[in-house]
Parts: sequence; structure tokens; C-alpha cells
Amino acid sequence: MTEPSTADLSAFELAAKISRREIKAVDAAHAYLNRVKSQDAKIHAFNEIYAEDLLAAAEMVDRSLDAGEKSGPLAGVPIALKDNLCTLKGHTTCSSKMLQNFQSPYDATVVTRLKAAGALVVGKTNLDEFAMGSSTENSAFGPTRNPWNPNCVPGGSSGGSAAAVAARMCAAALGSDTGGSIRQPAALCGIVGLKPTYGLVSRYGLVAFASSLDQIGPMTRDVRDAALFLNVIAGPDAKDSTSWPQTPPDYLRDIDRPPEKLRIGLPKEFFGEGLSPEVSKAIHKAVDFFRGHGAEIVEVSLPHTRYGIAAYYVIAPAEASSNLARYDGVHYGHRTAHAEDLIDLYAASRAEGFGPEVQRRIMLGTYALSSGYYDAYYLRAQKVRQLIKADFDHAFKACDVILSPTTPDVAFELGAKSGDPLAMYLCDVFTVTCNIAGIPGMSLPCGFSPSGLPIGMQLLGPLFSETVLLRLARFYETAHDWHRRKPGDDV
Amino acid sequence: MGKASTMHESLSANQVEHVAKLSRLKLSESDVERYRKQLSGILDYVAQLQEVDVADQEPMSHPLPLHSVMRDDVVEPSLPITAVLQNAPSKSGAFFTVPKVLDPSAGGG
Repeated sequence: MTEPSTADLSAFELAAKISRREIKAVDAAHAYLNRVKSQDAKIHAFNEIYAEDLLAAAEMVDRSLDAGEKSGPLAGVPIALKDNLCTLKGHTTCSSKMLQNFQSPYDATVVTRLKAAGALVVGKTNLDEFAMGSSTENSAFGPTRNPWNPNCVPGGSSGGSAAAVAARMCAAALGSDTGGSIRQPAALCGIVGLKPTYGLVSRYGLVAFASSLDQIGPMTRDVRDAALFLNVIAGPDAKDSTSWPQTPPDYLRDIDRPPEKLRIGLPKEFFGEGLSPEVSKAIHKAVDFFRGHGAEIVEVSLPHTRYGIAAYYVIAPAEASSNLARYDGVHYGHRTAHAEDLIDLYAASRAEGFGPEVQRRIMLGTYALSSGYYDAYYLRAQKVRQLIKADFDHAFKACDVILSPTTPDVAFELGAKSGDPLAMYLCDVFTVTCNIAGIPGMSLPCGFSPSGLPIGMQLLGPLFSETVLLRLARFYETAHDWHRRKPGDDV
Repeated sequence: MGKASTMHESLSANQVEHVAKLSRLKLSESDVERYRKQLSGILDYVAQLQEVDVADQEPMSHPLPLHSVMRDDVVEPSLPITAVLQNAPSKSGAFFTVPKVLDPSAGGG
């Protein structure tokens, strides 16, 4: 067996080798930059790449380690950041013309924590504009392609991060998830994606989309890496008043100890019509695996799942319409060259700066909050939100973890859904209810379609159950090799 | 039930123009027609929320029981004005500049 090349190591393995001085951080940085050079022209995962800074930072890590200084858990590990995370370095564009030239005056809390842990930033990754979309086709800078098949989308909105991790252009990445934007692209690109419990990870410096739903999370090659990155980014932050005040546990400590006497719930509403036979088959094989290893499999019901997308497409646009009111052509962002007066300056700057999906959602949310419609749309959606949460509370009395497909189908071709907003929205049918309830969810690879496209399994747990989710996922992962497969380079 | 029945109807161009105005989005006529069709389709889908019995439900605005979180009243360093203004499309000294808001010829003041 040949030694895996540097870019094929997990972040955990790479960090260990760098700290033991078996690999130089600078060589790891070069390995990833070479991957970017050979792959990103066709994948377009990155909006911006910081090659010089990466190499300079890697040299500093090497010098510090050679001098015997104490190093962080991610010392020398090259990572990528979704381009809606604020960084002092370079631009933070949200893949929008509105923020094309925006340079953040501060780092997001997650960025500060990753840097303090020794991680090195390769670059910022592409997304659906302002994280609104499920295919990364809504980027103002052009779509990202799926490394497994460049005719297919990588999913979205964190499609650039997912593709960069899958194509070995970084060791791991961060994404954000408002309705599935970490888990769905993770599933379609064959990697691990974790949306933590709402409030576990600070949102300070994440460009706001829907503040009661948004969470930042890791997108990694394997489950242990997800635990490693969660350790670094989770925990209270005075700069985010919605961050949970308790100190989180060490997610790596028991990662290789399988959970005992676990009851796994299968929500019948996730296995109905619309689920592709190949995805269904892969999920059922995973269920058989868990059953064969002593888990109790129970059927549960989440009856309001069918209203999840409808509730989401009232709540998320309502919050977005408010959050995106800040783009006024005055404080920062695009400003029109042709304004007659102040109101016209706002309206023209926003019409020129925002792409069509963002405009649709702003109008949808504005409508749902407008006089005469608030009760029928927004208030009602918030009540349905309560029912969706109650469904989960009830189900988690009968089971510890819920297992489902992450997506109804594998990656689709570019353009297949881009003309029909509603068809695109339905991509998130299995992922939105998790955000609506605020619970943690993760996607991990569990097979491939006959056409060679990855399939993802979703695990959902009660609030703050990340430890159990990660240990269960790790147990599955160590008995399978889906996560070790990688897309061919000559795609 | 007047409200529920209006929601199944498609939006009019006037309604789209009104929402665009509230949203501060300057739309062309063709934009209005395109958004009218797309938003009507989405609202038609969303209308299924009307069939849910929500009679005894409290609205849920947030997943966690966090209320009015306070921080210690301590002065901390804030961003320098140059950093705050670095992205301003138009500025003058320590100020953002905008087109004239009041029209002196209108006799106000």
C-alpha cells in the first residue's frame, strides 16, 4: 500500500504529522495550492485565493514548531472559508455584485478561533448569492461544479466549500446552513457536513441571511475532522447574544467509542414518494448496518414535515428582507451611478446589486410582513414552526437519533432547476425542519449511485446532541470506506 | 376567511410594484411581470400553511430560551472611523454622503 499523498490526509492526520514534524506546513500548503492550480479552473470552488499569505503563514508555523513552541490543534492545516464569513484579509463578497468590493474591517469569531488554532486560509469559497439557493448557480461570479461530475451542481448554498473539500483543494472548510446549505452540498459532494445546534457556534461575522435559522459548521473529509473543527469553533461568544452560554464538551474525546443501546428513529414522512430508489437503497443498507450492530430501529412520525418548506419560505425570506435592508448604497456595498434622489439611490443600488433570487426573497419576505398579510403568513408560519419543533420533541421520546436521507436524489445537472424557483426550494425538503427546530444535523457519505454520484445520510438529534451524532457517524464511517473515495482528477 | 381566499389568487402587477417599493427595489416592467408569476407560484405553494390547525400554538421566533441577554457595561475598543468608512461608496471627512434629501426650492425649513 502506498502512502497517501498529503492532500489525501484528513485534517486530523495532517495536523498530527505537521506537529510531529513528519510533514512541513509549507509542503502541505504547496500540495494544496497545486491541487487548486490543477482543479479550480474547471471546478470554480474559490472566489479568491491567498497563495502568498498561505505560504508565509505556513513558514511561520514551521519556524514556531521547529523552535519547539506549543502549537494549536490545527497548526498548519490549510482550510477554506465560505465567502459569507467576514475576514480582514481580502474580500467578503457573499458571491454578490452588491459586496463585490467589500473588505470587512474585522474577522468573524470562527475565523479568529481557527487562526488561533493554527489553521491557514487557502481562500474564500463560492456560494449562492447571500447563501440563497441549493446549487451554487445563484452566484454572481458563475457556478461551482461538482468534482464527481462537472456537468452536475455541487449543491448549495455552501457548494464552493463542499467542492473544495471533495476535490482536495483544502483539508476542510466552513460553511453556513440556514435550510440545508451545509448538509445538502456535503451529501452531493460526498463529504461530511455538520450543522450544529442553533447557538452553539457564534454567528458574529457571518453575513446575516435569516438570523433565527443561520448556523456555521464544518465541512470535512470525515467525521473525526468534523469533531476536531467543532471543538475549535464552538462555544459562547460575547459578540453574539444568541450564542449559548455553556462551555461545550470535547467532541473528540470519545469519538471512537460507539454509542451504546441507541434507538434510531426512521421518520416515515422522509421515505415517501419523491425519494429516488438509489438513495432509498443506500439509506436502508445503512439502517441494516446499525440494526446488525445492536441499534434498535423504530419508526417515528414527524407529521408537519410536509409544511416545512412552506413555513421556511415565509420565515427565512421575512428575516432576510429585514437583514438585507442594510444594503442601501450608502454605508457599504454597491451604489448606483444614476440616482435622482435618496429613495431612488436606495432602490436603484439594490436593483443593480442584488441578483434575481435575492430580489425574489426580499419581496416575498416583505410581502409576508406587510400590513394585512402579517398574521396570515408570518405569524402563522411561526405557529407552524412551533408544531414542527413539537414533532421532534415527541419523536425524541421514542428514539435518540433520527436517520434519513439528506436529499431526495443525487446531484442534478446545471440548469435543471434554475428556471423554476419552487423546484429548487424543494431540494431542501429533508433538511429545513432541522433549522426550523434549531436542532443539530449532519450529513455523511453512505454510498454512490450507479452513475457514480455520492449519496448522503442525515442524522438528526435533540438540541446539543452533537456528541452522540458524531460518535454514531464515526462508528458507521470506520466500518465503511465511502469517505475515502475521491473524485477523479481528469473530470 | 377573506384573507385565505385572496392568497390563492395570483398577485397583480400593482401588488408586485407595491412590494417592490416597500423593498426599495427599482424594477422594470418586464421584471414586474416575471416576479409576478414567480411570486404567485411560491405564494400558492405557501398557502398550504392555511390548512394547518394552529389554534393553540404560540408563535416560535427563536429555537433557544435566550431572552434579553445583557453584557457587562464595560467600555471596549471600537473600530476606528477610517475602518468603518473604508467601504463607503461616497464619504466626506468622517461622514457618509448621500444625495440631497431636502429640496430648498420646495420652501421647507
